[in-house]
Amino acid sequence: MKRYNEVLAVDHIDLNVRGGDVYGFLGPNGAGKTTTLRMILGLITPTEGTAELFGRDPLRQGARALDGVAGFVEAPRFYPYLTGRKNLQLLAALDGDEAATRIEEVLDVVELAPRAKHKVGGYSHGMRQRLGIAAALLRRPRLLILDEPATGLDPAGMRDMRALIRRLAGEGITVLLSSHQLPEVQELCDRVAIVDSGRVVYEGALADLRRQGGASYRLRTSDDVRALELARAHEGIEHAAAGEHGLSIQADEQHVGELSLALGRAGVAILALTPELATLEDLFFRLTEGGNGAQPQPVAIS
Amino acid sequence: MSRAAGATATQSPLGPAFARRRRPSTLTIYRWELRKLVRQIRTYLGLVLMVILPLIFVVFESLHHGRNHGENIFATEITQSGLATPVLMLLFMSGFFLPLAAALVSGDIVANEDGNGTLKTILTRSVDRGQVFAAKALAAMTYAAVAVFLAAAVATVAGVVSWGFHSVTTFSGTVVSAPEALLLVFAANAVYLIPLFALVGIGVLLSTATRNSAAAVVGTIGLVILLFIVAQIPGLESIKPYLLTEQFQNWQGLLRTPTDWAPIAHSAWVCALYGVPALFAAYLVLLRRDVAGG
Repeated sequence: MKRYNEVLAVDHIDLNVRGGDVYGFLGPNGAGKTTTLRMILGLITPTEGTAELFGRDPLRQGARALDGVAGFVEAPRFYPYLTGRKNLQLLAALDGDEAATRIEEVLDVVELAPRAKHKVGGYSHGMRQRLGIAAALLRRPRLLILDEPATGLDPAGMRDMRALIRRLAGEGITVLLSSHQLPEVQELCDRVAIVDSGRVVYEGALADLRRQGGASYRLRTSDDVRALELARAHEGIEHAAAGEHGLSIQADEQHVGELSLALGRAGVAILALTPELATLEDLFFRLTEGGNGAQPQPVAIS
Repeated sequence: MSRAAGATATQSPLGPAFARRRRPSTLTIYRWELRKLVRQIRTYLGLVLMVILPLIFVVFESLHHGRNHGENIFATEITQSGLATPVLMLLFMSGFFLPLAAALVSGDIVANEDGNGTLKTILTRSVDRGQVFAAKALAAMTYAAVAVFLAAAVATVAGVVSWGFHSVTTFSGTVVSAPEALLLVFAANAVYLIPLFALVGIGVLLSTATRNSAAAVVGTIGLVILLFIVAQIPGLESIKPYLLTEQFQNWQGLLRTPTDWAPIAHSAWVCALYGVPALFAAYLVLLRRDVAGG
């Protein structure tokens, strides 16, 4: 738990990140995302309890608790009076092992090799973000923590950053991605945690979340008028309306299944029944602002 | 897994099976601290002062032969031997300019990184906070020592070039040979480092606690000025021997025959009372504080 005066910033957050995940960590400003990341990296102390990563507490076990973990919280920071390569040499020296031998390799990965001899003070925001990832890769991490890596990037920079994250994930690195860029999360992440006011309001597979929130179906039949009558009369169908491309049905999977059987019995042929998943953006706002749509059920956090 | 309250990220397949990394030594971090100092322009502000002041002094003295130098024996023989110059310069610079140079780096060394956000960059690598602290404190002390010996070296070379490499007369009136005088100059500067290191400890504490370079530098040098003022207040004579600023002249015991070790020994423990708690407090502050700057 982390409290700043009267404000409860983080309240019992538990993230279950599985090996190989690209795990999205979402929440509005002030929800506690950055505070959580700072705590698990040992940068700040919990007001109560402990913050653990793989069962290890950085505040008790020091740097050893961060073995296999790398990344940055907020924008990555470097020494502006040193070149990109010199910054990496410094950080490699602080990592020990063979980190120094990987400098050229990681510069190539983030495509900064041609600018490595220039001072970081002259780097653009995007170049610093990429240098931040290069610095993290020096540690040969199994878990890469990235806090808003695409913030402040132009569209091309965001595209390149997404491609880089996808590539790193493809190489087996687990990524914990804290982001405001919901389309980016939707595109990259397998599982997500959404936090609000310091608590997890959803944790689980992104697909499950979208299924829970997206109990909406598009239905085309041989007789839409008759189908609409049957749908409106059918128990469990929350909403049914005729639209330009057929009927729009709101109900859970079970009741839609029952409706399809009822349509068959009534001699109405189903031409298409398509689930329409809610976007992550819709669900995010429903969970963090309390929308009028169907609320996904918060999952138990183990 | 203990999780009374807080934040946890688990990734069980990777959990306990990490291979242990070989940790970098504190010496490695210290070397990088020095490299960082070398690459920063502001590092040279104090050092330029250490070069310019002795040169100005020697040029000024060369242009004003025979002026009244007061009662200091080294001042009266300034033009007799170039080796009197570093002694006079130490006398002149030990009260303010050398503490200023020490404060410039010690007050900045943690706060600057905190403000720029690079402290969190290095604290998420494979080094412990204690190692980072030790390396920074040692680097600040190294800088202070470099400033002291740079000023001494410039003063010695400029003095010898101007007035020759001759014997000098000590505070107790004994004449010592030029090589012996050179050795005494070195030793006097080394002994002066005792109170200066204590001041560095205070600078590092302020740097760590305030997280603000300017406040820490001004606070450190402000403390020196405050203690000088306290020493002048009538009725406070009894505490004067225990003021840090009074220890800035401890080295003068070396320039007596026989060597007067009493002020040096006194200075050593008085300075320890200032420096050791300051460094320990700074260590605890860095160990326990939230690092969220930048």
